[in-house]
Amino acid sequence: MNDIGLFHFLFLSCALFFIGIYGFLTRRNLITMLMSVELILNSININFVAFNKFLFPDKLDGLFFTLFIITIAAAEAAVAIAIIINLYRNYNTIDVEEVNSMKY
Amino acid sequence: MLSTSLIVLIPLLPVLSFILIALVGRRYFPSSCGILGTISLSVSFLLAVTVAYDYLFLVAKVGDTYQQIIPLKINWLQFSPNVSIDMGILLDPISVMMIVIVTLISLMVHFYSLGYMKGEERYATYYSFLGLFTFSMLGLVLSSNIFQMYIFWELVGVSSYLLIGFYFDKPSAIAAAKKAFIVTRFADLGFLVGILVLSFYAGTLDFQNLITKLTTPTDQLHSIVTTSFLGCSALTWGLVLVFIGGAGKSAMFPLHIWLPDAMEGPTPVSALIHAATMVVAGVFLVARLFPIYAISCPPALEVVAWVGAASSIIAAIIACTQTDIKRVLAYSTMSQIGYMMFSLGVSSYGGENGLGYMASMFHLFTHAMFKALLFLGAGAVIHYVHSNEMKDMGGLRKLMPITHITFLVACLAISGIPPFSGFFSKEEILHAAYHSNKAIFGIAILTAAITAFYMFRLYFNIFWNKEYHKHNNEHDAHGEGPGTMLIPLIILGMISVFAGFIPFGKLVTSDGKILVTSFDMTFSIVPVLLATLGIIIAWSFYKRESLAPQRLTNSISGFYKSAYNKFYIDEAYLFITKKIIFNLIGRPAAWIDRNIVDAFMNLLATITGNISFLIRKLQSGKLQLYTAYFFVGVISFVLIFIYWWT
Repeated sequence: MNDIGLFHFLFLSCALFFIGIYGFLTRRNLITMLMSVELILNSININFVAFNKFLFPDKLDGLFFTLFIITIAAAEAAVAIAIIINLYRNYNTIDVEEVNSMKY
Repeated sequence: MLSTSLIVLIPLLPVLSFILIALVGRRYFPSSCGILGTISLSVSFLLAVTVAYDYLFLVAKVGDTYQQIIPLKINWLQFSPNVSIDMGILLDPISVMMIVIVTLISLMVHFYSLGYMKGEERYATYYSFLGLFTFSMLGLVLSSNIFQMYIFWELVGVSSYLLIGFYFDKPSAIAAAKKAFIVTRFADLGFLVGILVLSFYAGTLDFQNLITKLTTPTDQLHSIVTTSFLGCSALTWGLVLVFIGGAGKSAMFPLHIWLPDAMEGPTPVSALIHAATMVVAGVFLVARLFPIYAISCPPALEVVAWVGAASSIIAAIIACTQTDIKRVLAYSTMSQIGYMMFSLGVSSYGGENGLGYMASMFHLFTHAMFKALLFLGAGAVIHYVHSNEMKDMGGLRKLMPITHITFLVACLAISGIPPFSGFFSKEEILHAAYHSNKAIFGIAILTAAITAFYMFRLYFNIFWNKEYHKHNNEHDAHGEGPGTMLIPLIILGMISVFAGFIPFGKLVTSDGKILVTSFDMTFSIVPVLLATLGIIIAWSFYKRESLAPQRLTNSISGFYKSAYNKFYIDEAYLFITKKIIFNLIGRPAAWIDRNIVDAFMNLLATITGNISFLIRKLQSGKLQLYTAYFFVGVISFVLIFIYWWT
């Protein structure tokens, strides 16, 4: 059994990232899409932490970035949910396919 | 003695009343706006009289010469150390004379309008415009700087426009207002170019410096006289262009076409603006620059003389044929201003030869009084009859006794019958013309006879002729008019009788020195006889209803018709503007604008439009599609930066 190395972390984050992208592009429910965005953000977090640990173990920059991203993700979730609630009030649905009046 | 603040108050009070009425009064106390305007103007008038008295009798005389006084000068726009546009006040005999005339006539008109405009829907607006006009006119005559004068010159143009178009629901009034504005604006272009020419060579805009530099042998005078363009010197061009501006405002032939139409405005306005004050601005302008005309450039003065003489005779002939009483008065105004113009034109500077200048200013003064009186009288008649046409009038002498007598006084004054004021000023003018230009003297004396004829034609048609038939409607219930309308008539009538005895030669002369006028009885006989003859002809034609005038018009029907149609000058203008300018310049310009300039812009717009039409499907409104585009874009950038960008 090999030790868990940088490659494993990167593989995990890459997988999470693309799962997030896939979810964002295919799901029609806005809440699910929001969860996909959270996945993408967290994959980035993993990247930061992994690089910090393996490349610059005596520094904390990566960890700080991660903390910031978590904060921002929380704020963003609040905003996104507010938008979703407003959408629901106006359209009675949170299906993105139905919400397409902003077009040519 | 001459307190600056008092002088400044003279033009300031009317503008304050304008601002107050226009901003506040119109909404909150519309019915007392008239009183407000009248009171502020009375104060202004009293101040003007005080200033004139102080100037003429107490302060300005050094030795035996009146000095120009500049009590106030504010540096407003400084272009270079020498050239600046100042806001100042220049007092000299003609400007103090003008402030007295303007405030007096304006006061009379304010007072008269209290009755005449009563019950008018835009009563307050009317008074605010009157205030604006009075302010602009006072500013014009007090200007110490030629550019300041130009600014006020345009301001009087605007107020005239506003007041002609006062009844803006009448299409004819709107057309007249536009016509007046455009024609005078066109002339003002000449004035502006003239200012630029003169000030370019003289290097100053200040009246005093300008006159000094262009009348004494200086470098500036040398350069402006030797520079020549199309056969005339730059000085001649400059002065003639300035005169074009004056001719436009003063309704001189051929720029007079706006004046008869301007009678669409309320009658008191016609009395104030289009008879007594604004239309003499052109005369005032020439008088203000008179030393330059007379000393340095006699050819330009010759132009002034001939334009004035031509206007006076043409207008007099047209006036004989008009049937609208206000139009008759309008043409008579034009004719009398022609008198003032050629009187300036035949004059020269200083001493005995300056008689024409003094006579012109004298006539300006007396004319302002009796012409305002005529217009206010006509206003009273129109107020009574509710028509401008002579055929609706007749036999009004018993119904309107005061109007009748004052109107008669004014007619006698304008015809030059002694001892009324017009006689004296006209005699001086004829004297001046006789001594310098016999041809113009001939025109003048002929005009004098025609003037007497058409004024009494007007008088007999209104007050005698047939009996007045009362129409039985409620309009006829009122009498001659309220006292506010009659008092100004009486005051102006008194002035018209006695103004001739003012010793103008001692007060207003070209060089400020006393001019002793000799009074030659034998000389006066011919003009007075001719005027009497005109009156007698008018009496025999129009005292009773008769067929004689009709027979006369039939025998010279061709000439009568062309005079009735104002010698087709309006038609000539229309022909030139519509047929020549519009077809030869307007249409090609419009074609180029439409087919080249606009077409190029349209082409660009069409191309852009077509391209956006093709790619508009990208804007699908589908959120996830946008994300996919974004993602593909990011991936392609990554690939480009990794593999191609080195």
